[in-house]
Amino acid sequence: MQNALSVKNLNKSFDRPAVDDLNLEIRAGEFYALLGPNGAGKTTSLRMVSGLLEADSGSISIFGIDTDENPVEAKAITAWVSDEPMIYDRLTPFEYLDFVAGLWDIAPEQARVQSAELLEWLQLTPHGHERCEGFSKGMRQKVALAGALVHNPKLIILDEPLTGLDAGSARLVKDVLQKRVAEGCTVIMTTHILEVAERMADRIGVIANGHLIAEGTLEELRKTTGNKSDNLEEIFLSLVAETADPIADAA
Amino acid sequence: MISAPTNKPGTLQWFAGHEFSLFWRDFMRMMTAGKPGRERTILLVIFIAAAAMHLLAYGMIRPSLESGILPDKASFVMITGTMFLIFSLMMSQALEMVTRVFYARSDLDLILSSPTSVKQLFAVRVGAIAVSTTMLSLVLFAPAINVLAWYDGAQWLAGYPLLFCLGAIVTSLSLAVTIGLFKIFGAKRTRSMAQIVAAIVGASFIIGIQLAAISSIGSISRIEFFSSESVLAYAPHADSLIWFPARALMGDATAIMTIVLASITALAVSIRVFSVRFGERVLAASNFTGAAIIQKSHASLFKRRSVSAHLRHKEWRLLLRDHWLISQTLMQILYLLPPAFMLWQGFGNAGALDVVVVPVLVMATGQLSGGLAWLAISGEDAPDLVSTAPIPTGTLIRAKIEAVLGAIVMIASPILMMLFYLDARLAMIATIHILIAATSATMIQLWFRSQAERSNFRRRQTSSKVATFAEAFSSILWAGTAGLVAVGSWFAIIPVALALTVLLVARSFRPQGV
Repeated sequence: MQNALSVKNLNKSFDRPAVDDLNLEIRAGEFYALLGPNGAGKTTSLRMVSGLLEADSGSISIFGIDTDENPVEAKAITAWVSDEPMIYDRLTPFEYLDFVAGLWDIAPEQARVQSAELLEWLQLTPHGHERCEGFSKGMRQKVALAGALVHNPKLIILDEPLTGLDAGSARLVKDVLQKRVAEGCTVIMTTHILEVAERMADRIGVIANGHLIAEGTLEELRKTTGNKSDNLEEIFLSLVAETADPIADAA
Repeated sequence: MISAPTNKPGTLQWFAGHEFSLFWRDFMRMMTAGKPGRERTILLVIFIAAAAMHLLAYGMIRPSLESGILPDKASFVMITGTMFLIFSLMMSQALEMVTRVFYARSDLDLILSSPTSVKQLFAVRVGAIAVSTTMLSLVLFAPAINVLAWYDGAQWLAGYPLLFCLGAIVTSLSLAVTIGLFKIFGAKRTRSMAQIVAAIVGASFIIGIQLAAISSIGSISRIEFFSSESVLAYAPHADSLIWFPARALMGDATAIMTIVLASITALAVSIRVFSVRFGERVLAASNFTGAAIIQKSHASLFKRRSVSAHLRHKEWRLLLRDHWLISQTLMQILYLLPPAFMLWQGFGNAGALDVVVVPVLVMATGQLSGGLAWLAISGEDAPDLVSTAPIPTGTLIRAKIEAVLGAIVMIASPILMMLFYLDARLAMIATIHILIAATSATMIQLWFRSQAERSNFRRRQTSSKVATFAEAFSSILWAGTAGLVAVGSWFAIIPVALALTVLLVARSFRPQGV
């Protein structure tokens, strides 16, 4: 079975290494949660995968498409949602989706139907023709998510999508993502909410100091750490504690 | 190094110390672009700029100094006219700043929720506006005051306290205007309205004078206008009270004292009166739950368009819906009014079109393009979305350039059409140079792009000094080229070479990775 994402020996340094020889294989149709402490390199890694940041070295391929050689083809099947929803305040959700559909060259009629459906699912239909400037963070995040889904991506990458959302909005976002995975889409999500990763993810990757320190199902992680706890939090903390960076800690 | 304020917390002095230390850090960051160890270079640049400004001021004032400046009607007209010009610029600045006092959130939540007196904070912030407005005008006008004082006598040093008085007066007026707008338009619209008023006030006087000059003496020159026979004939007698500020500037002690007292009183009274409901207004400004804006553009949605068309559409839509950005671009568009008026006046008489209208058009549109290009390129609100879209970088850049050029064509077309009726050759020259100047400005913005919020439009010049100077010189040089080509001079090759050099130098200074 083809991998949705294949990352090989990925490196990126700013003042110090942010991503350090990262290797990652994510299967098609999988819900993958990427965990790690602050500054572990999660966002930097995913920004490189999404084409927002150039890697110093290493390779990335999305469904077999090398992002370096064919960035446009890779982007056509990928969606990126950042933790801070970047939408246009002075556009309405429908206008935003019209713009996104234009960028991804979606047929107008298909885009119209998809947009209406997405806004309905995300309970934004009553606000579909209102400018986004007065929207709450949750509503903005939902508009951004609709934008990510309107072009039917095969791979959805989300960086902390649930931060700042109320319980209702968070549930809605989780439901939409699970529905997409059920339809065959691959989702990679970073989160600090370990309970979400525990309940939603097929596999969990733990990243620290720029490289993957553990990966697998909850059961596999439990075996790796030798931690008998049922709780992902305990397992995560014991994994991270083992690889704590003394320099970063001192800083 | 600024030490922490040591006054009793919550007092006027304590707030003033706190505000000054914030201002100083902000100022140093702006001057050094956040890079430490640049202080000496900055000092050297300031020294060279000050020397250049003094030389420029000397060059402008020398003819008056040679003929002698007497306290007569001619001098009063020139001084009062110039003071009105300074007043309109300061008023525009003050209106901008006063709006920020009410609308900038930053620390207001913290201070309003603390047990300190909000009135003290209001007094300090309004006082700071008076000082900053004065400082900004000092940068422009202190060289002229110094040159006059050096060559004609120390009485001209009265210009310094008078500028501070102007700062106090414009701040009081700006407060009154902002509160008036609050009452008329409510919290939601006041900010946009105040910014539009600021833009119009800032440009109106100079443009008004240019329009009056064109209609009365057929020239765009402010100095020629103020010293023209027709203006002097209509001006009141030299004893008139209207020349009171001019007399103060020329060293009349009674006039200076009266103006100083009046302006300080005006500022104190306005602070006292308007501080009463400051907290309420700030809360209203931040908490307004105005009705959501429903857009009725449903019919234009989900139409088959090219990627470029989608991007153009989006840029124009965002620009048209942002009153604040409109007010900022309006400032530049307003400067096109005098040449447009000159064209209108010139129907049947095409004189001076080549040396005035064509270069002004090219210069104004070049500057305008720089602003629009910044918005389209650096002021992109959803950079991640656009960067992750499956569009080749070249297509994306081309679409952004098209969006800017399209806007410029729409703005310049009416004037170009008028010009075409008068002189098709000049219209062609203007069009070609407008496109070249606009493309140059856009390229500079592309080379120096750095992601920023659109609300930082006014401060975009501080992000890269090289880009700012390159943009200004490029517009000036292409305007010069257009003027010389229009009069058929082969010397046009000189500004062309210089403009290309500016572009090459700017390109070589572009940040790495761009």
